[in-house]
Amino acid sequence: MDTKEIKFECRDCQVYYGDKHAIKDVSVDIEDKTVTAFIGPSGCGKSTFLRCLNRMNDTIDAARVMGGFLLDGEDIYDRRVDPVQLRAKVGMVFQRPNPFPKSIYDNVAYGPKIHGLAKNKAELDEIVERSLRRGAIWDEVKDRLDSPGTGLSGGQQQRLCIARAVATEPEVLLMDEPCSALDPIATAQVEELIDELRANYSVVIVTHSMQQAARVSQKTAFFHLGNLVEFGETGEIFTNPKDPRTESYITGRIG
Amino acid sequence: MPVLWIVLAVLGLGLIGYFVGRSRALGSAGGDIRQLHSLPSYYGWNAFMFTVVPSLIVLALWLLFAPTLIENRIAATLPQATLEQSGSTSLLMSEVRRAADALDLAVQQGTMDDAFSRNLRAEFTDVTGRLKATGSIITQDVTQPVLRAAQQYRVMSSTSNLIMSVLVVVLAVVGLIYALLRTNRDFRARNTVEIGIKSILILASSIAILTTLGIVLSMLFETANFFDQYPWQSFFFGTKWAPDFRGNSALGMLPLLWGTLYISTVALLVAVPIGLFAAIYLSEYAGPRLRAVAKPMIEILAGIPTIVYGLFALITVGPFLRDAIASPLGLGNNTNSVMTAGLVMGVMLIPFVSSLSDDIINAVPQSMRDGSFGLGATQSETIRQVVLPAALPGVVGAILLAASRAIGETMIVVMGAGAAAAQMDQGLGAIINPFQAMTTVTVKIVSQLTGDTDFASPETLVAFALGLTLFVITLGLNVLALIIVRKYREQYE
Ligand SMILES: Nc1ncnc2c1ncn2[C@@H]1O[C@H](COP(=O)(O)OP(=O)(O)OP(=O)(O)O)[C@@H](O)[C@H]1O
Ligand SMILES: [Mg+2]
Repeated sequence: MDTKEIKFECRDCQVYYGDKHAIKDVSVDIEDKTVTAFIGPSGCGKSTFLRCLNRMNDTIDAARVMGGFLLDGEDIYDRRVDPVQLRAKVGMVFQRPNPFPKSIYDNVAYGPKIHGLAKNKAELDEIVERSLRRGAIWDEVKDRLDSPGTGLSGGQQQRLCIARAVATEPEVLLMDEPCSALDPIATAQVEELIDELRANYSVVIVTHSMQQAARVSQKTAFFHLGNLVEFGETGEIFTNPKDPRTESYITGRIG
Repeated sequence: MPVLWIVLAVLGLGLIGYFVGRSRALGSAGGDIRQLHSLPSYYGWNAFMFTVVPSLIVLALWLLFAPTLIENRIAATLPQATLEQSGSTSLLMSEVRRAADALDLAVQQGTMDDAFSRNLRAEFTDVTGRLKATGSIITQDVTQPVLRAAQQYRVMSSTSNLIMSVLVVVLAVVGLIYALLRTNRDFRARNTVEIGIKSILILASSIAILTTLGIVLSMLFETANFFDQYPWQSFFFGTKWAPDFRGNSALGMLPLLWGTLYISTVALLVAVPIGLFAAIYLSEYAGPRLRAVAKPMIEILAGIPTIVYGLFALITVGPFLRDAIASPLGLGNNTNSVMTAGLVMGVMLIPFVSSLSDDIINAVPQSMRDGSFGLGATQSETIRQVVLPAALPGVVGAILLAASRAIGETMIVVMGAGAAAAQMDQGLGAIINPFQAMTTVTVKIVSQLTGDTDFASPETLVAFALGLTLFVITLGLNVLALIIVRKYREQYE
């Protein structure tokens, strides 16, 4: 395997929710132009760790984050870093779909408008269409771009949120269970998108599907009770896990 | 039997129904709750409902309509001459009622026995004096026809009372037996209770609606009287307000309406931005500790009586505005001005806007904000483009509430802006000068109705026309807001 540039370098990370120690001593390197999968039983801290990477934990009063998170060698928790700019660079698809109470078009155009990515309406239209196509939802909504995004089905909302996140062209895309409500066809399309994004960006995906992790990712991290148990090449983890906990999880004995 | 006792008896029967119904249901299932269609207490409530509700409804209706029926029948028996003497039937009937009450009182106090009170004749006894001795308020001499009517009134009401008591109690017993007979393990008591609860809720909302309707109807009636005596064109389009109780008044509504709208607008211009911004700061930026202190402090403003605001306007704000702005700029020498009342009223309205908006903004789900932050939006972008649009219907409601308060406010206007109507015939400057004294519809309603007036001249009846106009305006505001919210809802959500 060729060694790629490291995008995110996380060192001895700890997260506390009040007194609860949710992430314990996690160190992980996320490579550029790579898909990294986070797997682990429910409640083990995958979402929590993911949210550290774009400082979304800042919005939770009880959460305290410690440790080093270096994005391209720069600590994102440094006082000089503007979290707003960071989040434009590190996009996120949330575990629960959260479309804005706006039209489908405005949902996708929201990010590009804020960051001034389009010079005029035609360009914006183009961005919206491209993003919706990448989110594998264009065909379903192209005739009703003006209807509210909250009126879509759960799976459609999930893909709308994916489209919304890719519209801002983030360098890193964090996806928290992006396919949890999708049928196999839509899942395949989203996986295709992830594969396509890998050419230029780095993608981190949380998933409960071992097959999906095996299909789309090159690196896999297994979390258990707030600890990073094992991290390595996806092929290695799934065929030859070193830790017994990893083995029993992927073979379905715990979690 | 006094009404209280009847009610207690019915409730007692209902309680018996509850316990018997419950145990009967349990008995029919052999003590096994799982055999029952509903939980035992539902059977109890079912019996309670059947016992109490029909009988209390009859009681209420009887109390509502029986007095009128009795009075009508007695009024019909009164000789024509007596009626003419007293001028109006209703005056005479209240005299009769007072006499009847006084007789009741006399019997109760033991100064007359029952038979005596029934056979008493005004020709032979000093009835007026003896009734006055009971402490009752008898204003006129009790004449024989009135006394006859009063005696009849007593007889009829005691009969009606007796029939009512018997009917209500019998109805309660019948209801109780009916419900108990139907109580068995397959009876769907749970569904019946559900219907009962729904009916209570419907009753509550219809009372609210009917009250509104009643208010409008009573106003409509008097307003129609007013327009019989005063041309409606001059009322709605008249630009001069100069009532004169000796007649020949000019009762144009426009100066008052202008005053109301002008002062309310100034007040809202103060209250809406400040209130909304305060709400946004408190709900989005302030920490929990600051919020816990600041929110109640703002709400204190809502607890200050308006008369105190009025004093503040009168002795502090008014003179200050005059000395600091109006006089130097040559805009007038009034301490009473639109600006004074508007500013002070605006301060009063701040908590109405801020407190409600704050609750509404807080109710916007955090996931909306997260979605926006996650796309790299700043906090104020998030608020402007995601939070406020999502909270808009509620915020519009809050503003509307403030507007209704502003339009209805009286005290602050009298003390802040005075009681002189706008002088619309003195040119545009006098109309729009915010440092001019001006007054509103509500103030004039009060001033037309206070003092020694009868409700027959256009000068007093105009108050009802003004009141109705005000009501229509606030109604219009509500409808407008509803349309705005609808339109918004169609676009989003
Ligand atoms: N806002 C919060 N406040 C307090 N505790 C939290 C909060 N969010 C998460 N936790 C706790 O942190 C732990 C990790 O939660 P996290 O959401 O990261 O789990 P997860 O691995 O994403 O689970 P799932 O697969 O079910 O999404 C859990 O025990 C949870 O109870
Ligand atoms: Mg999660």
